[in-house]
Amino acid sequence: MDTTFSAAVDDTLIQIVTPEGVRTEPTMYSELVGDITTEKLRDLYEDLVVVRRIDAEATALQRQGELGLWAPMLGQEAAQVGSARALERDDFVFASYREHGVAYCRGVDPTQMLRFWRGSTQSGWDPYEYNMTTPAIIVGSQALHATGYGLGMKFDGAEGAVITYFGDGATSQGDISEALGFAASFGAPVVFFCQNNQWAISEPVTVQTHITIAERGRGFGVPALRVDGNDVLAVLAATRTALARAREGSGPTLIEAVTYRMGPHTTSDDPSRYRPAALDDEWRRKDPIDRIERLLEREGAMDESFRQRVKERADATAADLRRGCLGTVEPGPMSLFDHVYADPHPLIAEERRAYAAYLAGFEGAVKS
Amino acid sequence: MTATLAAPATLSASAALAAPVTLPLGRALNAGLRRAMEDDPKVVLLGEDIGKLGGVFRITDGLQKDFGPTRVIDTPLAESGIVGTAVGLAFRGYRPVVEIQFDGFIYPAFDQIVSQVAKLHYRTGGNVKMPITIRVPYGGGIGAVEHHSESPEGYFAQTAGLRVVSCSNAADANVMLRQAIASDDPVLFFEPKRRYWQKGEVDVTASIADAYPLHKARVVRAGTDATVIAYGPLVATALQAADVAAGEGRSLEVIDLRSLSPLDMDTIAASVRKTGRLVVTHEAATFMGIGAEIAARVQEQCFYSLEAPVQRVGGFTIPYPPAKLEEYFLPDADRILDAVDRSFQG
Repeated sequence: MDTTFSAAVDDTLIQIVTPEGVRTEPTMYSELVGDITTEKLRDLYEDLVVVRRIDAEATALQRQGELGLWAPMLGQEAAQVGSARALERDDFVFASYREHGVAYCRGVDPTQMLRFWRGSTQSGWDPYEYNMTTPAIIVGSQALHATGYGLGMKFDGAEGAVITYFGDGATSQGDISEALGFAASFGAPVVFFCQNNQWAISEPVTVQTHITIAERGRGFGVPALRVDGNDVLAVLAATRTALARAREGSGPTLIEAVTYRMGPHTTSDDPSRYRPAALDDEWRRKDPIDRIERLLEREGAMDESFRQRVKERADATAADLRRGCLGTVEPGPMSLFDHVYADPHPLIAEERRAYAAYLAGFEGAVKS
Repeated sequence: MTATLAAPATLSASAALAAPVTLPLGRALNAGLRRAMEDDPKVVLLGEDIGKLGGVFRITDGLQKDFGPTRVIDTPLAESGIVGTAVGLAFRGYRPVVEIQFDGFIYPAFDQIVSQVAKLHYRTGGNVKMPITIRVPYGGGIGAVEHHSESPEGYFAQTAGLRVVSCSNAADANVMLRQAIASDDPVLFFEPKRRYWQKGEVDVTASIADAYPLHKARVVRAGTDATVIAYGPLVATALQAADVAAGEGRSLEVIDLRSLSPLDMDTIAASVRKTGRLVVTHEAATFMGIGAEIAARVQEQCFYSLEAPVQRVGGFTIPYPPAKLEEYFLPDADRILDAVDRSFQG
């Protein structure tokens, strides 16, 4: 596959399927997803529907008091599924905190995602089991971790690549600039995947930058692509391009996936205070699921039994999620002291002993 | 056998060295890094100017030449980037050793150190280890300009997940650095930069398996009348004070703390129970400092052994002053002895 493209930024938005569900004129990018048959397109559609359902169920669970917080991904399904489905098992994902769709594609049980937001654990899963980190709350920090991991892969002569996810707000953090600089200098096999969802809580992307985020790669010598983030095929193609560059030793690529956060930043946020409803309506017409549904309809691949099958799959996943969430066995107080250090630390041991003795003093002592 | 190296720059494969040798503290660190890199191919060094230049203090001198640019990595000038990249390397199974060029330059990396390096093991339920060593030349006394003479160790000692140590002599510098690198936990390794040229005997071939434990304090001078606790650059100052006190008929016990997190309270408490008096000294600010923590713990554990209130001799609550004033700022033997006197005035 020819993956060469100029370091100069082509700000044209890569698009393969229009919001109306019509395929655009063939380009090198549509060729890159030439293997996506109708059956595989239906699989992608199923992914999009299932992750939206996971997100909706988690939002509902938060409203019902089962989660302390949730960061909804409504509207960003294509950016996440399209990029995650471009990955191989050996690739490593350094995620932010909204990548529930990516986690789903990596095989993480949705219940494991929830427990972090429920406050039952700090992690939820073993990063090495899925080659994906657990949520990074300090925005931008994970891009540096991805760069270091990618450097390690390069030293190891490993086949894989690294992808790191962050939002438009994070691009204002020094860590993102430092990561782009380090990755460029060292030729680290990293894909910097920015989901430009237009909003950093209440601040529009224009507060972060007056040029496109893709353009910002140029200053670091990092080639950049700008892709319609609501077009799952375009995102898949762009990510495949960037991953191929990383694998062949051509270094990092920045992808700006232009999308829109349809919901609040988190369940604690109220976008009606800062966001015109007309803008939401405009983006609703670009919905990532609707357009694939329309495309499948146009191509005669959207029959009732398929629709039913996808719905059942989404319902079943949501039911599992709810069951898993409500069935969470909360950790006991003594686990507070677990894993602070890898090796024994006398002050932690002392505090653990003292607290255990204190708890043991209660009648019907608290479970450990 | 003791051999003095005429030209430390020729220090090559450590196995070729007879043991022990006399080395300046800085060269002992260099030998420690070399040995750690020989012993474990996953040890990689990252920092500014650490390659051809060998670091501004030459602690990494000759290492890039012998181990190559992928083991000794000259990085862009970005401290958060250096530490954040080390986090990723640790994720990948490497044991990064980071050099922060000067104490005052560590703050841009503060977030990566306290939010990521310190917490990732806890956050991942023990699945991800962060065996990162962060070397920091610290403290004053070299007549440097602003931001080059600070003592930020207290910030890190207060952060759960980090281990914080400081060496005071060449032998410890060599072994403690190797122990820090071998630790599966992140270690902030504070190097007393004004003691880099202080020579001592070092056994560079010694095994760390049976070395003195990294987190144990050491009684470096036995005494009976009062205990003085110091670490890093002030251990030599405390010993100097003890010499003077001995001339005045007072026997001071000097403890080299070595580890700030964890604290070796057993050694501290045993000494205080013996002497009944305690002076803690460090260059870092006295207010909310390491000395405050030690004083609080000593009164909890040794209240009935104390003959006098615990005294602290540390930095004033001011930014590190201009070089021409640092002699007034830095604790010296006189200030330590003055504090010892106070503890006898009951």
